[in-house]
Amino acid sequence: MSLRALSLFALLGVAVTAPVSAAPATIVKIAYVGVAVQRSLPQAWLDQPAADEGLAGARLAIEDNNTTGRFVGQTFQLSETIAPDSDHAIGAVKDLLAAGQRLFVADLPPAALDAIADLGKAQGAIIIDATSSDDSLRGADCRGNLLHTLPSRAMQADALMQFLSVKRWNKILLAAGPTPGDKAYADAIRRSAKKFQIKIAADKPWTYDPGAQRTDTGHFGVGDESARFTQGTDYDVLVVADETNDFGDDLAYRTTLPRPIAGTQGMVATAWARPFEEWGGTQLQNRFQKLAHRWMSERDYGAWLAVRSFGEAALRGQSPEPAKIVAYLKGPDFAVAGFKGTELTFRAWDGQLRQPVLLADARALVSVSPQPGFLHENSELDTLGIDQPETSCHAK
Amino acid sequence: MPRQMILAAMLLAVAVPASAERLFVSNEKDNTITVLDAGTLDKIDTVKVGTRPRGIVLSPDGKSLFICASDSNHIEVMDTQSLKIVRTLASNPDPELFDIDPTGKTLYVANENDNMVSIVDVARGGVTGEIPVGVEPEGMAVSPDGKTLVNTSETTSMAHFIDIASHQVAGSVLVGSRPRFAEWTRDGSKVWVSSEVGGSVAVIDAATHKVLQTIKFAIPGIPAGQIQAVGLALSKDGNLAFAALGPSNRVAVIDQKTYEVKKYLLVGQRVWHLAFNGDQSRLYTANGVSNDVSVIDVAALKVLKSVPVGRAPWGVAVSP
Repeated sequence: MSLRALSLFALLGVAVTAPVSAAPATIVKIAYVGVAVQRSLPQAWLDQPAADEGLAGARLAIEDNNTTGRFVGQTFQLSETIAPDSDHAIGAVKDLLAAGQRLFVADLPPAALDAIADLGKAQGAIIIDATSSDDSLRGADCRGNLLHTLPSRAMQADALMQFLSVKRWNKILLAAGPTPGDKAYADAIRRSAKKFQIKIAADKPWTYDPGAQRTDTGHFGVGDESARFTQGTDYDVLVVADETNDFGDDLAYRTTLPRPIAGTQGMVATAWARPFEEWGGTQLQNRFQKLAHRWMSERDYGAWLAVRSFGEAALRGQSPEPAKIVAYLKGPDFAVAGFKGTELTFRAWDGQLRQPVLLADARALVSVSPQPGFLHENSELDTLGIDQPETSCHAK
Repeated sequence: MPRQMILAAMLLAVAVPASAERLFVSNEKDNTITVLDAGTLDKIDTVKVGTRPRGIVLSPDGKSLFICASDSNHIEVMDTQSLKIVRTLASNPDPELFDIDPTGKTLYVANENDNMVSIVDVARGGVTGEIPVGVEPEGMAVSPDGKTLVNTSETTSMAHFIDIASHQVAGSVLVGSRPRFAEWTRDGSKVWVSSEVGGSVAVIDAATHKVLQTIKFAIPGIPAGQIQAVGLALSKDGNLAFAALGPSNRVAVIDQKTYEVKKYLLVGQRVWHLAFNGDQSRLYTANGVSNDVSVIDVAALKVLKSVPVGRAPWGVAVSP
């Protein structure tokens, strides 16, 4: 545990121990619980994650909820807990539950999310997972009181494969990194490629030292390795699975054939992107910049959506009581607007928020999936990700 | 007059309206206003204005066109005869859409970025007051008697009824997601509010602040998510209402009394705001993606023609 994370935890701990149950009935208390992620220096050292990533989105949504709440006599309060690790986060949730807290927004690893969902189940607590894309949390490891605002890896992969299908770029080379996240992302790509009849011309693990580029003259080695890696295969797009940004940015322009890059680098399937300005998105970008003095990231957007979802459920359900908010959130009438031109709703079978998925690179929005022509009997948005008939989530 | 002559006179009236009405279109991404002859649809001029022009509104006498230059953070005033920008009015940040009171003395402006409605004194040329409202204020409509202002706030999803004399919010009405535009019925008894993401139009009783009816739309072959209600135009005779349905590229024709949707008219892409000409024989639509304006024959409920304007046409207004 770093000293910095410890002091942050101690500082925020004050807010956590404040009595929650003493609040008057018109106050809606939302607890944000996250883990201070210990990130190794990524290859893309240009873009270090901000210390308040995720949390800043939640803070903006609290402001938005309060501006609205003023007209109906509802006040929203956010308590912020950033724990040094999962165990401390789970401990903090126990304390919060004991103090009467029921509405949680979480920025936690999958195992910790399941643990806190189980802890809060008996008391009727609900957890909105604001940052995870893990498919198992929407599948075999799902929980009835756990909702997800960001697209799953399955949705990200489907958004990308639909686009490749429309472009008739039907052959990909898959470069999968070594981390568990990379492997899960690559699995999602494999599943989706099959679903949309995209051929994986070659499926190869990337094993080259991720630090190599960052030594003097390192570009020679990476250039040679990328050329070798992509040699001897005919394909349309190089799809990279590198969730920690260790090597994906080193592949563009160095491949043997001139081919575009997509996946976790290059053109990325994401819920939010810096170049996005459609459907009033400019307004959210502006409001966030004013508050946080930086660009909104996907994690910020996920947390904004989570806190806004609680706000919308309190407003439309016309009650600040947690039990009624939970009931409305899980009921058939719930919908939230997320600057995507359509209402976003939770899938009843796995708690995933239905949403259009952006395809963007660092400086331009390329497209938005679902692509036109991919039809569905209920909602075109359900052409992205795991649909009801194929779900392995059976939690209630 | 023999019957043929009456018919000929009527046809003539449709082809060339008696007065040379002018059609103004704000082009959000060109920083210009396109001016057309509303009858012949010939282009008269393209006038350079401030950055990101969106909402436009005419003074009651039709002599001035007020223009929200959103990214220039001010309002410009165009002389509708000389087509010159004659004044610039100070505004709070990001003016998007506004309305003018019946006397023409005061503008009520939605400042999208700071959750405020600002009051701009036209003669003094500056802000004289502010009213806090919901998140992302947009639609603005002053009642026919000039006493009540309705503002819609997009992320808050409410229509706020504001008492103009006291600047107090008298009531807030929850409507569908992202309400974009409000318009009063001519008798001042109801307010129609469009919801972009909700894809619906709410008709609100102005006295009780209750939603009387929520009008929904369904177009065969068009996904529900593409039906997004934005601009509204209510006919003065109280018979018809028109709702621009954004990326569905349709304008819905609604019976103002029964709220029944009678017809969908295919216009240009991403139809945004609407405006009648003086005698309400024609309705003009700003089409944001196809960069044109469509002209609807109101009696026949037919689209006559589309004419190209600038990039991302947003607002539309017709001067006498």
